[in-house]
Amino acid sequence: MKIVVCVKQVPDTAEVRINPETNTLIRDGVESIINPYDMHAIEAGLQIREKTGGKVTVLTMGPPQAENALREAISMGVDDAVLLTDRSFAGSDTWATAYALSKAIEHLGADVILCGKQAIDGDTAQVGPEIAEFLDIPHIAYIRKIEDVKEGRIVVQRLMDEGYDLMESSLPVLLTVVRELNVPRMPSLKGKMAAKKAGIKKLTAADIGAEESKLGLRGSPTQVRNIFAPEAKRDRKIIDGTNEEIIDALVKELTGLKCL
Amino acid sequence: MDYLLTEEQIMIRDLARQIAEEKIVPVRAELDETGTFPHDIMKTLAQSDLFGLFIPEEYGGLGKGCLELAIAVEELSRACLGVSTTYAANALGTYPLLLFGSDEQKKRYLPDIAAGKKLVAFGLTEANAGSDAGGIQTTARLEGNEYVINGTKQWITNGGEAGIYTIIGITDRSKGPRGASAFVVEKGTPGFSFGKKENKMGIRASATTELIFDNCRVPKENIIGKEGMGFVVAMKTLDNSRTGVGSQGVGVAQGAFEEAVKFARQRVQFGHPVITFQAVQHMLADMGTSIEAARALVYAVSRFIDAGAKDVSKESAMAKVFATDVAMRVTTDAVQVMGGSGYMKEYPVEKMMRDAKILQIYEGTNQIQRNVIGQALIKEAAKANK
Repeated sequence: MKIVVCVKQVPDTAEVRINPETNTLIRDGVESIINPYDMHAIEAGLQIREKTGGKVTVLTMGPPQAENALREAISMGVDDAVLLTDRSFAGSDTWATAYALSKAIEHLGADVILCGKQAIDGDTAQVGPEIAEFLDIPHIAYIRKIEDVKEGRIVVQRLMDEGYDLMESSLPVLLTVVRELNVPRMPSLKGKMAAKKAGIKKLTAADIGAEESKLGLRGSPTQVRNIFAPEAKRDRKIIDGTNEEIIDALVKELTGLKCL
Repeated sequence: MDYLLTEEQIMIRDLARQIAEEKIVPVRAELDETGTFPHDIMKTLAQSDLFGLFIPEEYGGLGKGCLELAIAVEELSRACLGVSTTYAANALGTYPLLLFGSDEQKKRYLPDIAAGKKLVAFGLTEANAGSDAGGIQTTARLEGNEYVINGTKQWITNGGEAGIYTIIGITDRSKGPRGASAFVVEKGTPGFSFGKKENKMGIRASATTELIFDNCRVPKENIIGKEGMGFVVAMKTLDNSRTGVGSQGVGVAQGAFEEAVKFARQRVQFGHPVITFQAVQHMLADMGTSIEAARALVYAVSRFIDAGAKDVSKESAMAKVFATDVAMRVTTDAVQVMGGSGYMKEYPVEKMMRDAKILQIYEGTNQIQRNVIGQALIKEAAKANK
């Protein structure tokens, strides 16, 4: 089983400050950590490896300092670390980032790709699913449990507002994970010693055969005008009863809303 | 102060501290209140390779020495002495095998110990044999290819939780101290059971029980070293482990000291934080100074042992007695600095004070340590005047 875990290095603070002029993140003076959701993705990768055997590769796109995040992942027990780094990546939005990561994953090969559900700095939750689209493979977001994984198949629980969906997918597949999935392990001493010595494989745009025009600012269709947390106000109603009662009540509701 | 630790030693300290802060601090009050053995924390320590710290690499460990163990124990003790006692007693029980075990015994037991799959306990103390180890009643009689063990060990840390027990029994009473021998006994051996779990003043997360041997038969090969070496095994084991108890003292004192400083900065009386008062500053100054002195001594003796020193009884006793007396004084003063708050269970220092007391008692009371130091001084003086 080839498992690739995508991680992002983020500032270690819940309150990320934004530069009001450029609408980009202010990273100066803030210590960097692995995005907390990605820690759960690393743990999931290690647990899959423990069950099926194989290899876990951790992948990040970022500046050379992102190497620290990769070394931390190695101290937890991943086999390989790959840093996707190139000047041409600078300024990439989620689309361009996902494109570059998908080219790197194509280059590396993967049966299961794991991502955190979102990064705590940007909070878009877009990159994971976008990678799957670029690779033209299925993806399932918000995984809270991996029930079974074997050659060619995976069965997972997807967290929903009420309960969960039980889903099965062919491989390769991309999963984004939530905190409920597991408790990330502590690093081990042997892992930390290995991390210190480990060679980090570096890949450039040319190495992964990425088209320059699709990378960086030039390849980014998004332009950030403002960042804010949207107000969540979805009306919900749960209908209980026998199937007939539920259908009757649903028809009535939808008719009332002029949907029927 | 910078103790010029190596990069690896700093790595060990940071990892032990991370585990202490993320996994131990949040649960220590509950473990103390309920007297619950910290199984989850032991699992984390195992996964993090900390059980393999002092085990040679050929048996799956990291091959580090006394200093690295002291550093790890200190960090765990800074959070909870109950947890660190469980961890340190494991090392105590392992030393007989490390120092005197046959190749066969090492191959059989050390890999599981290094991986944290099995905990170890050391069984020396009995109802009538504490400070006076010569009062041991437990017997081990050779019958054919087996030793038959009878007797009861008391107040054994990790009793019931450990899978491996290294114990001292009398093989030939007529030989006095030369009639004791050390054995390794596995949990589950017929005739070997556990008495009640003790209800203790402190270190309540650690398990303390009796070990009961009732015609317990172990193969002849389970003897550690040779027949009659039991006291040598026990004394050399304690020589090595005492620095670990000293580092427990440094750790718990450091933990209590930090709480006291933090509190004294926040607590306002007479319109000022109490830390601005000289009476409080002087207490904190003495606490900080004695902790640094204790740490320096524990690290120095640990390095002395790691350098291969032959006789370390005096030095390791000094490290134990000094650092644990410091621990008792500093934790008591931490409660004093924090006043009524310090006495309440909302803050961790009352627990640290209760926990610290055992350090002056177990693995040789501090009075016995002073005997050891005194005897060494007599020997040295006699040698010098020859």
